[in-house]
Amino acid sequence: MAHDAHVHVRSQAEFEYVKKKRADEMRGNLATFAIMIFLTLIAFTTVAAGFSVYLIVPIILLLAAIQVVLQLYYFMHMSGKGHGMVAFFMFSGMFVAFITVLTFVTIIWW
Amino acid sequence: MSSIAQKKGFGATIWDFMTTVDHKKIAILYLMSGGFFFLVGGIEAMLIRIQLVKAGNDFLSAGTFNEVITMHGTTMIFLASMPILLAFMNAVMPLQIGARDVAFPFLNSLGFWLFFFGGIFLNLSWFMGGAPDAGWTNYASLALASEGHGIDFYALGLTISGFGTLIAGINFLVTIINMRAPGMTYMRMPLFTWTTFVASALILLAFPPLTVGLFFMIFDRLFGASFFAVEMGGNTIIWEHLFWIFGHPEVYILILPAFGIFSEIFAIFSRKRLFGYTALVFATILIGFYGFMVWAHHMFTVGLGPTANAVFALATMIIAVPTGIKIFNWLLTIWGGNISFSVPMIYAVAFIPTFVAGGVTGVMQAIAPLDYQLHDSYFIVAHFHYVIVGGVVLAILAGTHLYWPKMFGTMLSEKLGKWTFWFFFLGFHLTFFIQHFLGLMGMPRRVYTFGADQGWDLFNAISSSGAVLMATGVIILLVNVVMTIVKNERIGNDPWGDGRTLEWAIPSPPPFYNFAQTPLVRGLDTYWIEKMDGNKKGMIFAEPLGDIHMPNGSIIPFVISLGMFIASFGALYFLDGKPWALAVLIGGLALMFGSMLLRSLKDDLGFHITKEELLEDAKGGNTDGH
Ligand code: HEM
Ligand SMILES: [Cu+2]
Repeated sequence: MAHDAHVHVRSQAEFEYVKKKRADEMRGNLATFAIMIFLTLIAFTTVAAGFSVYLIVPIILLLAAIQVVLQLYYFMHMSGKGHGMVAFFMFSGMFVAFITVLTFVTIIWW
Repeated sequence: MSSIAQKKGFGATIWDFMTTVDHKKIAILYLMSGGFFFLVGGIEAMLIRIQLVKAGNDFLSAGTFNEVITMHGTTMIFLASMPILLAFMNAVMPLQIGARDVAFPFLNSLGFWLFFFGGIFLNLSWFMGGAPDAGWTNYASLALASEGHGIDFYALGLTISGFGTLIAGINFLVTIINMRAPGMTYMRMPLFTWTTFVASALILLAFPPLTVGLFFMIFDRLFGASFFAVEMGGNTIIWEHLFWIFGHPEVYILILPAFGIFSEIFAIFSRKRLFGYTALVFATILIGFYGFMVWAHHMFTVGLGPTANAVFALATMIIAVPTGIKIFNWLLTIWGGNISFSVPMIYAVAFIPTFVAGGVTGVMQAIAPLDYQLHDSYFIVAHFHYVIVGGVVLAILAGTHLYWPKMFGTMLSEKLGKWTFWFFFLGFHLTFFIQHFLGLMGMPRRVYTFGADQGWDLFNAISSSGAVLMATGVIILLVNVVMTIVKNERIGNDPWGDGRTLEWAIPSPPPFYNFAQTPLVRGLDTYWIEKMDGNKKGMIFAEPLGDIHMPNGSIIPFVISLGMFIASFGALYFLDGKPWALAVLIGGLALMFGSMLLRSLKDDLGFHITKEELLEDAKGGNTDGH
């Protein structure tokens, strides 16, 4: 296929649009950052408060999962266009790995 | 053709195939070596059936029998069925999506050569002190106790060829995601492309567990680790899990492309759009997912406990649902169609009842309490031969007839094809139907002989006679191939007359750049749409005629694989205290990494086919690349 390099000059309207988008994105990033710090605080608090291990472990695992998703979507731009297939394969892989680990933990090592 | 390809001598042809990165030539390599291993596995099958033809036979010793059944299973699954399916994927999938090649032509060649050397390595065990003898499932306690180097050949050989398969799978995934022609949306992809896609995803997710298991096995056997050695605190069951986490998806890696081939056949030879295309696609994806949730149905009798058995039993039974959906869609595709019973269609029609029988026994085995009776009996042998031979091998034979013209530009004889079909099909049912009853009568699988007082003589003799018929069918196929090659009657773009997808819109075999101009896809069954619109060219184009950029061939994939092959011998003999083993190991690795380094440092800039050359090709009509 012929790949012609295309030089594109932005119009004023486009410029405004891109600027607004970037600002939105920045706000999203900051908000996510705040949430992530908050989640981390919760994690530390549960340990510091000396709850039962059976409570702490699932809570921390859950928080970790949320952190991963936030990280992927807000900082690694997985929410962007054209990432559907990537997401699909990532989650399929995680799903398979999860089932495997779950089975090993429950029926071999328990 | 143009300056690029002239008439070549024999040596030059061999060199051409050793260095090729063209998906169509790699397809031929896969087909030839897969076909060769299919014959080897077939001979092993005949040896098994000769040994079991009568009670107390001593044709094979017990030890040799174990080697033969192990190599039969391993060869048929890893070295015959999968490569032949990869041959069709390579030959057809890029054409179906309107691509000039796969995404990574170099890796495509590397994948093939790794598979090839892995297969040779495995089979050399016959001549180098004994083949593996712990069954194709290679259960750990048995495998660790096995003497000689058989199991080491198994573990190393499958590691090498497994790398090759993994590379092929990743390559196809990237190709399908990134290289579709304009307009070829996911929901316009032909079903064979879809099943290639899902099977490749299964390869991506299923082969790593096998590799992990094989690594543990290699470490246990060669370096004295004890992952599976119970007396050292290891766990022998973990091998079974790792093997079947791979193993069950593996059977779907085999059957999904087979479904794809049959889906194409049903549509072409019923001259009808596939009924329920969307349902077929989603059933394929669903089967892919379920495939990872059911592996423990191979381990019901291990003692996982009632809860685990119940969970896996239910999950297993659910798989029958999407499979059933597919069966009904195929039936409704045939229904009311304008059917032509060419050889591929005969195979496809025969496949339906055969495969359903295999599915039904599968669901029976999924009933965990019943499986305590069936497990490790001939009933299991009957089940998996009904699905694998009745599904995968019938698809391979059908696909050989269907795609032979596209791959080679000649047509296999319909008449001999029908003879092959009848011998093979009747022989198959004669061999395996009766094995259900042998299983119910208590005959265990993997026994090298049985007693005259056990009442299994007659059924075993019948089973063996069926095997003779199957072998006859295969021999007729070989005759057919030779005669077709000798006659060399060239055919046109669409030899079946009813092709629906893009591969039938271009010459057979296609020019090495596939499409002079990238096609524009307007819907499902692209070529059919254009035919119905009276478009003589068979497609509309997404770009003007222009220069095409192509990659150069390379011998490096061959050398990398050869290096790994040599290094494996070093690893194998290392612990025997052979003085040369270390040198061989290091030499092989040096060859492998050296050629990888060479590849990374030296860019392949490829070459261009100019517009003038393309125009000349189009005028001369000589596009077979010779
Ligand atoms: C409806 C779908 C299916 C079901 C419910 C099913 C179920 C089962 C079960 C429960 C077993 C284990 C039996 C035992 O060892 O006790 C088994 C074995 C087997 N199945 Fe299937 N199966 C299905 C389809 C397939 C397909 C499509 C293939 C291959 C193309 C296949 C290939 C095999 C093989 C190779 C074995 C034996 C492995 C061994 O022990 O060596 N099955 N099946
Ligand atoms: Cu299974």
